Amino acid sequence: MDNNILSLRNVSKLFGSEKNKALKLKKSGVDKDTIYEKTGVTVALWDATLDIKEGEIFVIIGLSGSGKSTLVRCFNLLNKPTSGQIYFQGEDIGKFNREQLNDYRRNKISMVFQQFGLMSHRNVLGNVEYGLEVKGLSKDERYEKAMEMISMVGLGGYENEPISSLSGGMRQRVGIARALANNPEVLLMDEPFSALDPLVRKDMQFELLTIQRKLNKTIVFITHDIDEAFKLGDRVAIMKDGEIIQIATPEEMSEHPADDYVSQFIDSADKTQVISVRNVMITPNSIVRLKDSLNYSINTMRTNGVSSAYVVGKKMKLEGVITIDDAIQARKKGLTISDILIRDINTTSPDALLTDIMSMAAETPFPIAVVDENNSLKGIVSKVHVLSSIL
Amino acid sequence: MNTDWFYDFPFKIPIDLGAIDNAVRTFSAKYDSFFNVIRSGLNGFVNSIYNILNFIPWFVLILFIITAGWKLSKKVSTGILYGALLFLIGVAGLWTLMNETLSIIIASVIISLLLGFPLGIVISTSDRADRIMRPILDTMQTMPVFVYLIPAMLFFGLGKPPAVIATTIYAIVPTIRLTNHGIRQIDREVIEASLAFGSTRLQSLVKVQIPQALPTIMAGVNQTLMMAISMVVTTSMIGATGLGMEVLIGVNRVEIGRGLISGTAVVIIAIILDRITQGFVQQSEVKTDGQ
Repeated sequence: MDNNILSLRNVSKLFGSEKNKALKLKKSGVDKDTIYEKTGVTVALWDATLDIKEGEIFVIIGLSGSGKSTLVRCFNLLNKPTSGQIYFQGEDIGKFNREQLNDYRRNKISMVFQQFGLMSHRNVLGNVEYGLEVKGLSKDERYEKAMEMISMVGLGGYENEPISSLSGGMRQRVGIARALANNPEVLLMDEPFSALDPLVRKDMQFELLTIQRKLNKTIVFITHDIDEAFKLGDRVAIMKDGEIIQIATPEEMSEHPADDYVSQFIDSADKTQVISVRNVMITPNSIVRLKDSLNYSINTMRTNGVSSAYVVGKKMKLEGVITIDDAIQARKKGLTISDILIRDINTTSPDALLTDIMSMAAETPFPIAVVDENNSLKGIVSKVHVLSSIL
Repeated sequence: MNTDWFYDFPFKIPIDLGAIDNAVRTFSAKYDSFFNVIRSGLNGFVNSIYNILNFIPWFVLILFIITAGWKLSKKVSTGILYGALLFLIGVAGLWTLMNETLSIIIASVIISLLLGFPLGIVISTSDRADRIMRPILDTMQTMPVFVYLIPAMLFFGLGKPPAVIATTIYAIVPTIRLTNHGIRQIDREVIEASLAFGSTRLQSLVKVQIPQALPTIMAGVNQTLMMAISMVVTTSMIGATGLGMEVLIGVNRVEIGRGLISGTAVVIIAIILDRITQGFVQQSEVKTDGQ
């Protein structure tokens, strides 16, 4: 199973009594709404197969009613699938007895909820301690662990506060602390930031990434916000009507959407967060070598209709840029390329995101040079390229 | 044209009422020993509560009520008002009668809670049980009390035991209903959270569901208590002594004063018990709000 921590194989979930009839209809290709009309059965999830790798943030995105919440609840069997298998580290969790299942939920996997799912009769500490309490840890151990988590999510000093006195963002921090207190291997997050206002959401996304880097948990994250999905996700699964349409990295998905539905979804996203420089850069057609003559470089620029050219040394090592005006002046004075070379220029790496080079692209008089770690020229990105890739 | 059939039913089922009467009588005679055990058990239960109440000196009970009223309403004046009202019952010479009435009410409420609370929990976990129980609970609440007053008397004789049984049948309903409702209305994610962290069913029930449902459950307990008090006069018809009996005698003999004074005493008990249990409801609400 290499490094897959969670796997679904042909998992389906139907709600209603006439499941067999609905199953037959579905197999013969009847769509979800018609099945509901005919049998009263809701096909919440259909034939989901996916693998989640250890340590990744796997985002499941879809509109409401697309089955994403049903799917995430299969991982800890809050929803028992109608058919299909769910594997955790190669073990079929559908075959767990009640004791094994509780054990799995207590130690391996925990969950964060959209409306927080906090217990209002307990204070912050009591909520964070909950998972440890059902596990049977001693009072001291519980307290120590819980306090550690509370301070990690930035709620130190609030441990004795009642839940009702906390803001939405703080409540979800409690939810996250509670989920992390068990030291699980997988964290399921069901639209955890949807109930928060946009500014708080950004903070929480940042915090989640920080926590993820620190603890290196596998996170299964549900959202309906494509920006959030692309920002957080190492890989993203997109769902529609209970079926998974595409699983890909954000970049692959925006480059090669599986169908119109996916591309529509992506169109609503802020693409600069996803697209990297590599995807928009072009090979410059006017490159001059340091040892070339000025005449040659002026000709190159003229033929290509550009006003500047990048100058490279050995092995395409970037030296700087020259402009056509300077070159013409220099030819009159009998100077060489190195005399008019502008060395102080903006560069970027092929893996940088467009959002990172936006301000640079706006200010620089020349196209931005894309260089690798050895400072050799890989391509250039002009303002036009940045703009046209967004629109 | 003969239009009689417009107003007459096409046929009548002959119901042998005498047979029903006989069946009930035979049943009560046949299981007499069984009912005797229950009767003496209930009698002992009510009497021990009565003895405890009588053992408490009057000023101790009044002081207790003053403190409870004060603590729960956070106003001294409210506590003193309750104390004064209770004092009035005493000086009107109704103290022992009040204790007798209270012992029946308390016994009925305790039995209602012991049976109703677990039953409410069971119903809350199963939609089928809920569907089955709903008409039964409706019947218990709407069936005219006198209908089961008579069988209760047949099975358990005259006096306090049938009074406790009849009161319990009538008053248990809100405890069952509101326990069920309280648990069902808990935020789904809160219960999911308790399960997602690997709680056993018992852990989820004791640590999450019951505490979350507590304000609603307490409201049910308050309702049960009020309904038990409302049965005081009715049960006096099958020989339950106490304030209710005084009211009944007052009515029968057209002794308006006697009826009025005892009736007022019942009202005072009702108000004090209602306010004090309401206070508990509010406290549990405050607690689940977490303040």
